[in-house]
Amino acid sequence: MAEFIDLVLLAMLALTALRVIFLKDLFAVVMLFGIYSFLSALIFVSLDAVDVAFTEASVGAGISTVLMLGTLALTGRTEKENKRSSVLPLLVVCVTGAALIYGTLDMPPFGHPDNPVHEHVAPRYIEESPKEVGLPNMVTSVLASYRGFDTLGETVVVFSAAIGVLALLGVRRREDKNTPESGLKAHLVLRSVAKSVIPLVILFALYVQFHGDFGPGGGFQAGVIAAAAFILYALVFGLPMAFKVIKPKFLQMMAAAGVLLYASVGLFSMAKGGLFLDYNQLADDPIAGQHYGIIIIELGVGITVFAVMLSIFYAFGSQAERVNKP
Amino acid sequence: MTFILEYYNYWIVVFLMMAGFYIVISANNLVKKIVGLNIFQTSVFMLYISMGKVGGGTAPIVVEGATQYSNPLPHVLILTAIVVGVATTAVGLSLIVRIKRAYGTVEENEFKNEDDAI
Repeated sequence: MAEFIDLVLLAMLALTALRVIFLKDLFAVVMLFGIYSFLSALIFVSLDAVDVAFTEASVGAGISTVLMLGTLALTGRTEKENKRSSVLPLLVVCVTGAALIYGTLDMPPFGHPDNPVHEHVAPRYIEESPKEVGLPNMVTSVLASYRGFDTLGETVVVFSAAIGVLALLGVRRREDKNTPESGLKAHLVLRSVAKSVIPLVILFALYVQFHGDFGPGGGFQAGVIAAAAFILYALVFGLPMAFKVIKPKFLQMMAAAGVLLYASVGLFSMAKGGLFLDYNQLADDPIAGQHYGIIIIELGVGITVFAVMLSIFYAFGSQAERVNKP
Repeated sequence: MTFILEYYNYWIVVFLMMAGFYIVISANNLVKKIVGLNIFQTSVFMLYISMGKVGGGTAPIVVEGATQYSNPLPHVLILTAIVVGVATTAVGLSLIVRIKRAYGTVEENEFKNEDDAI
C-alpha cells in the first residue's frame, strides 16, 4: 500500500512539473509550485522524513509562494511569447536525462537496509544518540549536537541572505498621508478569521520550537511558522500596522541576536574548558549539558529564521507599496 | 516489476530534475526561471531522502517496538537546505525586482537587447 501511495504521489508530482513548463500565466505557475511543494511534503512523510516534510510544507508552500507572488505583483503576471526555438534545450535535457537514468542503474536498490549509505555513520547516530544526547528525535540530535557546526554555518547563510535582500530592496516606507490603505481591512470575515487564527499559529510555533527535541520540529520550522503568522497579520491589517507591531529595525537586530546566541553557546563551552559547541561542558551532567545546549541553539536558530523570513517579507511588501502608489 | 519498483523513485527524480533544468534553460521570464530552479532543487532533496529510506523502517524518532529507523543524516542535511534554499530564492527574487526597476522588463531577451544596444 505504501508503495502504491508513493507511486501515485510521484506521478502527480511529475505531472505538476510538466504543467509548469507549458503555462504562460505566472500566477498559475506559482500556485502550481505551491501544490508541488505540498505534494513533495507528502512524499517526504511517506519516506519517513517527517522533519523535512514539516519544513517543506511551511517553507516551500508557505513562504516561497508568498515571496513569488510578491515578485509577480512587481513584475507582471504573464510571460511573453518566446520566439526562441526550444529544440536545443530539449536536446540537452534529453541527453542529460538519459545519462542520469543510465547512472541510476548502478545505484543500490531503493529502500534496501544494506545500502552503502546506511553503513557508515548512520548506525552510530541511531544507536548512540539516544544515549549520548538523550533525545528521542535523532534528527534534532544530529542537527544540533553532532553537526552543530554545519547548522551554525547554515544559520549564518540565512542571516546573510537577509542582508542581501535588505541591501537590494530596503524596507523604507514613505510616511505621507496620501498612501492608500494597504491590507484587506474592509473584509470582515477575513479580519475575524485572521484574529482568531494568528494566536493559534504562534502557539503552534512555540510548541514546534520547544517540542522539537521529542517529536518532529525544531528551530527552523518554528521560525518559519511564526513568521507566517505575522505575514498573515500584515496581509490582512496592512503593512503600517505590522510595522507598529514589530519594527523592521527590531527584526534586523533579532536576526543578528539569534546568530550571536548560537555562537555564544560555543564560546561559553570554550570558556568552560571544552571545545567550541561542546555542550557536555554546560552542566555537571553531560546529558543535562546536551539538553541545555540544544534548547538554546534551537532558540537562536528559531529567532534568526523568524526575523529573516519576516524582514524579507517586509522588504517585498514595502517595495510593492512604493511602486504601486497612485 | 520489482526492478521498476526499486528504481521508480530515482527515475521520477531524474524526470523532475530535467523538467526543472529545461525550465531554467528555455524560459525567457526570470520569475519562471526561479520556479524551475526550485523544482530542480526539490528534486535533489527527494533524491537524498529516497536514499535515506530503509524499507520497513520508521521515522528516526525513538519509539517502542521500532526495529529499524530510516537514516537521519540526509534528513538533517535537507531540512537545513530547504531553509537556506528559500533564503537564496529571496535574494534571486529581489534581484529580479531590481532588474525590473532598471530595465522595465523581466524577459531575458528584451533586456539583453537593451544591453547590446549600449
